[in-house]
Amino acid sequence: MSVMFILIGCSLLLALGFLSAFIWSVKSGQMDDDYTPSVRILFDDAPQSETPSDVTSLPKT
Amino acid sequence: MGNQQLINFTTCFHCGESCAIEILPYDHHSFCCKGCLTVYQLLSDNNLCSYYNLENAPGTQQLHPVLSSSYSYLDDEKIIQQLLTYKDENIARVIFFIPTMHCSSCIWLLEHIYKLDGGVTGARVQFMKKELHISYNPRQTSLRKIVTLLSRLGYEPAISLNDLEKRVQKDDNRKLIYQIGVAGFCFGNIMLISFPEYFGLDSFTKGSFSKLFGYINLILSLPVFFFSARDYFIAAWKGIRSKFISIDIPLALGILVMFVRSTYEVVSGHGIGWFDTHAGLVFFLLIGKWFQQKTFDTLSFERDYKSYFPIAVTVLRDNSETTLPVTSLSIGDRILIRNNELIPADAILLKGDAHIDFSFVTGESDPMHKVLGEIIYAGGRQIGHTIELEVCKKVSQSYLTQLWNNEAFSKDQRSSIESFQQLVSRYFTLALLIIAFASAGWWLVMAPSLALNAFTAVLIIACPCALALSSPFALGTAMRILGKHQFYIKSPQVIEQLAHMDTIVFDKTGTLTQPSAASIHFHGKELSLVEKKLIASLVSQSIHPLSQKIKSFLVQSNLLSVSTLKETTGKGLSGTVDNHSISIGSAAFLNIPQAADDNLSTKVYIDIDNNLLGYFQVDHTYRKGLKEVTDLLRPTYEQYLLSGDNEKEKEKLIPYFKEENRLFFKQSPADKLFFIQQLQSTNKHVIMIGDGLNDAGALRAANVGISITESTSHFSPASDVIMSASMFDKLPTYLAFSKNTLKVIHASFIISLMYNIVGLSFAVQGTLSPLFAAILMPLSSVTVIVFTTISTTLLSRKGGLQ
Repeated sequence: MSVMFILIGCSLLLALGFLSAFIWSVKSGQMDDDYTPSVRILFDDAPQSETPSDVTSLPKT
Repeated sequence: MGNQQLINFTTCFHCGESCAIEILPYDHHSFCCKGCLTVYQLLSDNNLCSYYNLENAPGTQQLHPVLSSSYSYLDDEKIIQQLLTYKDENIARVIFFIPTMHCSSCIWLLEHIYKLDGGVTGARVQFMKKELHISYNPRQTSLRKIVTLLSRLGYEPAISLNDLEKRVQKDDNRKLIYQIGVAGFCFGNIMLISFPEYFGLDSFTKGSFSKLFGYINLILSLPVFFFSARDYFIAAWKGIRSKFISIDIPLALGILVMFVRSTYEVVSGHGIGWFDTHAGLVFFLLIGKWFQQKTFDTLSFERDYKSYFPIAVTVLRDNSETTLPVTSLSIGDRILIRNNELIPADAILLKGDAHIDFSFVTGESDPMHKVLGEIIYAGGRQIGHTIELEVCKKVSQSYLTQLWNNEAFSKDQRSSIESFQQLVSRYFTLALLIIAFASAGWWLVMAPSLALNAFTAVLIIACPCALALSSPFALGTAMRILGKHQFYIKSPQVIEQLAHMDTIVFDKTGTLTQPSAASIHFHGKELSLVEKKLIASLVSQSIHPLSQKIKSFLVQSNLLSVSTLKETTGKGLSGTVDNHSISIGSAAFLNIPQAADDNLSTKVYIDIDNNLLGYFQVDHTYRKGLKEVTDLLRPTYEQYLLSGDNEKEKEKLIPYFKEENRLFFKQSPADKLFFIQQLQSTNKHVIMIGDGLNDAGALRAANVGISITESTSHFSPASDVIMSASMFDKLPTYLAFSKNTLKVIHASFIISLMYNIVGLSFAVQGTLSPLFAAILMPLSSVTVIVFTTISTTLLSRKGGLQ
């Protein structure tokens, strides 16, 4: 039964991983706006568009 | 000439408005004005036509071209510094609030703004807040260029004095999300680890795990206790210090006792404790808090004159024009005010023909003519040519802004009516403490070993979780439903306040009347098409509001040129068009004897080649459903009317308000404020409904201030509720719904009290097990959440709000 100790440790580590992922997502502003990304993902770039400049570098507020 | 009817059916490719005035074909599309066409050309030149593919006619009409001088104040280094959120040599960041943003095309275009201005390095939209976050290279472009570009595209950023004075970022919301996340994480894991205990599985392993599980639970509870629940302790402590018993006190007490007792049990090896209930309780409470915190991000309920006033003004110094921030304007400065600009401070007219529209300040709807040397109060909007003024008072000292020095604005608006939750929690806390001590006392006599056990069990089980959840969920749901119907409420507590009101005070101009839609009729011989065209050509030369109304009434395109034109201020205008001499104006202007009862409406007479053709009658129209609204509200509410206007509409308004002494005219902003305070001093609970800056004082002083607005992206004065003008006829429904919501809260309190009584009956006997608590607590919370949410939604359906 001592394998339980390892299993519990693993499950807690895994859970902590998810918690830190959650904290990171809040910190990077993903919870600030829950509407715009749903629209943004549907945009297509025009076929003849030049190299898109760096729109992903976000102004962090 | 016969194709005019057809033209009306053509809509603009850019903005979707009908091309009533002119029609400009380009690229197989039609445009309603030069402005829209320019935007289209700019976009198609830059390969940005996807803008038109995402939504149909996504633009906003561009009737007024952007003047290149409009944003010259954005070159001022000091103003730039205050607007930017970050700046170094290579990058500057700024956040604009863009009220006209309304669809996915807007998002697309605004995020591709870098294609139109190479200096922009990144643009991100936050649609719900209508914010555009821009980062740009200050060496390649400037703030002024970006703002001018946005305005040309029809996305004029709203930049106001408020932005300069304070920039507070709300981080509260993020903190709450962290707290919920942490509490949820701990709650789930503690439950998981407590499972063996629930099912008695640990007896198979002879208890070897129970100690380990206990300690893991203890560790997992630490962040819940010290991080997630800390706000409850702070609130409770504040309450105790100000001798104010709120629901936070029994909550904090319950959380504290649960944690301490569980820690003791685990460390002393007596049991596994109540950590699961503890984490779950905090988790549910925070969810309730979050649900209630829903705010309408795009609306500001705190705006004062500062967000209405311009940010900068043109000042004449040494015969040259410079722009100065309004705040640094000093007495004696000479300022230039152009057409449609606001006068920022009380000033004396030096030069020019001043027609000042004070509708937003005084409620008087017709523009006032001012003569040289007269003092013009701040807040008026010049209509017509550029005027020159000398500032005679500082911005903060002017007639209008002094209203904000009234104590109604300085006092913290602690609601005058105690909320039901506050009322109940006071008695609840008292009863809880009595029961806890009584059972402790009883057991001290009967079996001292059980005394502490019973005492803590009472505090734990009576922790009013369900009680604390019922208000947030009922009010939060109601707030969402009302928000869907364009009745935006500042905070959930306002709904409860609304339910207690017994008096309604209306403002007239802009609130009961519809500013844009004055009804206009022509009386006299029917006008021929030629005559219509002649009149339209002449009135299109004048910027007087009446001329504009007649012009839009006539709907003519291809206007003729006017050879001579003479405008007599306040009377009328005459001129020659196509060899016909035309005079348009008041009866006095055309020497027509006027009937005595004529002051109910405005009449504009028409004379072509000395033939009197008839007159246009312009009436103020009252909002749709005003009759029904006042009739429906009469049984429950005392209704009053305050108007800044003169008494000419009194006769018309009496049928709506029944009693003449309920109508008050020529009320200054301070009079309105005083009137509300007087009503309150006779123990009335007052709702004030208004729209302009002149109502700001009254809106603030009233128990609930409702500001009504044609478009929620426009300015509205500080208030508790912002209501869309188109929903005015629904007002009685909203008020009735707020009363029903209160009933839901009452019912859910009874439910949660019943759970508490069941729990307490076990607790006082000292037989409360952790497992029982772990089931009862979430069960009661979920029951209350489901009950309040469903019944509030059902009641809204019944009341006609879908």
